[in-house]
Amino acid sequence: MTVAAAPGVRVSRRAAGRPAAVVGIAACATLAALAFVGALAIGPVTIAPTHVLAILADAFSAPTDEIGTALRERMVVLDIRLPRAVLGLLTGAGTALAGAVMQGVFRNPLADPGLVGVAPGAALAAVAFIVLGAPALELLPAALQTLGLPLAAFAGSLATTLVIARLAMRDGTMSVATLLFSGLALGALASAGTGLLVFISSEQQSREFIFWTLGSLGGATWPKVALVAPFVGALLIGGPFLARGLDALALGEAEAFHVGVPVERLKRLAILAVAAGVGACVAAAGVIGFVGLVVPHLVRMWLGPGHRVLLPASALLGAAVLLAADICARMLAAPAELPLGVVTALVGAPFFLWLLLRRRLIG
Amino acid sequence: MYTAEAIGLTLNGRALVRDVSLTLEPGTVTVLVGPNGAGKSSLLKLIAGETAPTSGRATLDGTDIRRLSPAVLARRRAVLPQSAEVAFAFRVDEVVRIGLLGSQPGTEARIARLLERVDLPDFAGRSYDSLSGGERQRVQLARALAQVEVMDPDKPRYLLLDEPTASLDLAHQLLVLREARAHAAAGGAVLAVLHDLNLAAMAADRMVVLVAGELVAGGPPAAVMTDATLASAFRIAARVNAVPNGPFLLPQAIVPEGDVLSPR
Repeated sequence: MTVAAAPGVRVSRRAAGRPAAVVGIAACATLAALAFVGALAIGPVTIAPTHVLAILADAFSAPTDEIGTALRERMVVLDIRLPRAVLGLLTGAGTALAGAVMQGVFRNPLADPGLVGVAPGAALAAVAFIVLGAPALELLPAALQTLGLPLAAFAGSLATTLVIARLAMRDGTMSVATLLFSGLALGALASAGTGLLVFISSEQQSREFIFWTLGSLGGATWPKVALVAPFVGALLIGGPFLARGLDALALGEAEAFHVGVPVERLKRLAILAVAAGVGACVAAAGVIGFVGLVVPHLVRMWLGPGHRVLLPASALLGAAVLLAADICARMLAAPAELPLGVVTALVGAPFFLWLLLRRRLIG
Repeated sequence: MYTAEAIGLTLNGRALVRDVSLTLEPGTVTVLVGPNGAGKSSLLKLIAGETAPTSGRATLDGTDIRRLSPAVLARRRAVLPQSAEVAFAFRVDEVVRIGLLGSQPGTEARIARLLERVDLPDFAGRSYDSLSGGERQRVQLARALAQVEVMDPDKPRYLLLDEPTASLDLAHQLLVLREARAHAAAGGAVLAVLHDLNLAAMAADRMVVLVAGELVAGGPPAAVMTDATLASAFRIAARVNAVPNGPFLLPQAIVPEGDVLSPR
């Protein structure tokens, strides 16, 4: 009807070959759902997806033993794979969304928490909490003992973000080169610190170090899920409220202020949300690279840079990608398990290089 | 009423704007002129609320604008900035939509109409990145005009333009000035920074001249654009001419005495 109102003017909702927002988000949601069922179905014991769905449906209604699935399948799905899949869902969504929000705040597609040292900073703080905080841990109340790890990781990611922002901002403008280089340096420093702490603490050194620097969903348990959920949830729920502000911010900070965005508050909220999300994801699954960089980038190419679509779509696609990567990590070298970061880097890094060569990203 | 009250800005010991008092009257176009580095953009930023003044204040209906929330201010004044960089590959219609401060029904037709007003029909689906400097500037103008459309309808609407004609050809320079005049005719107030004195004289109800951060002259173009003011403000010796609807200056009329073309 709008087209008829202005004859001769092409009012195109979907110019530049973009699918409609609803279609895009639905597609990402479908992928996430498929990956989720896949994560429950695929493993040393393959379980038919229909069985998986039956077991899930049964678990959420009144549990009876009269469903047609064997008890063993039920245990594999509900007790072994489900916490891992839920953790994957949360960390994938959180990592990708944190990337998208951070890129929006820094107005640069390369500002990924993994790439600019925020996630390594979180890992360092988490390891420091485990290694150095352990003797003091018994003195703390029980609630703080369990919450301590994600809180430490949150503090680590927040501190790194603030340091990077401080280093890269000069007279109100941000130098992309400084952002990337200082981020790389901080990330390397944090990883070195993590390595140092892990090796000082002696036990199971290399495995621990690999967990923190390359990530894994291997240790997924329900308590871990419960610990991560509120932090990632804060990001997932809070993120979309930042969408309009982040869109306006793309025009510039002054311009965002002109159209009524409280820029400083927006930046503070976004950085807190990113730090909370990254901290929780790292505390639960270590540093998983490239998801926060590549997923938002893909969504921008496919559905456009508008944050109202970008944020939910990135979260959903991030969950799908991470779950798929975890399936690969479990299956490729079975019965051994590859670190998750190895899989995401093996796929993500070449893909990212291809993107860089295909279109300019910097400048 | 939008007013600068003895507003000043000192950065690192350097006074960029000194003690400027200026009122934007609804129904008028005020044009700010002055030599390079006079502090025109700094003054506009102070009035927009973007920079905190180091002395004095800017007020809207008596309230210090620094005490108004950005959202409230955005419903009363729009700003066309000088720079036109947009991060990420936004489309033209998405950039204009940001000016609508949250979408309302009929948004797409509205955006199409705004783009037609700035002579960019059929540009809605284009990538902002792919546009020329002049086209980008007109997209930004459409965004500012979009914001004007959704402002508080019962109060005067203020439009601040920072060098809106900088990278435009003559036809589009005139288009921008027509929009400014139309905004004033509709009861709004415009403050525009312009470099071209002839365009300024054409568009302005009131011209104000800023030199080294200070207002040195203000009034109707015919009163401001005089040989004496131009000589003291721009350090050019020139003969201002006049047609019935205002004064004009031809560069050829710059008096060729001394070394007028080289800096002092």
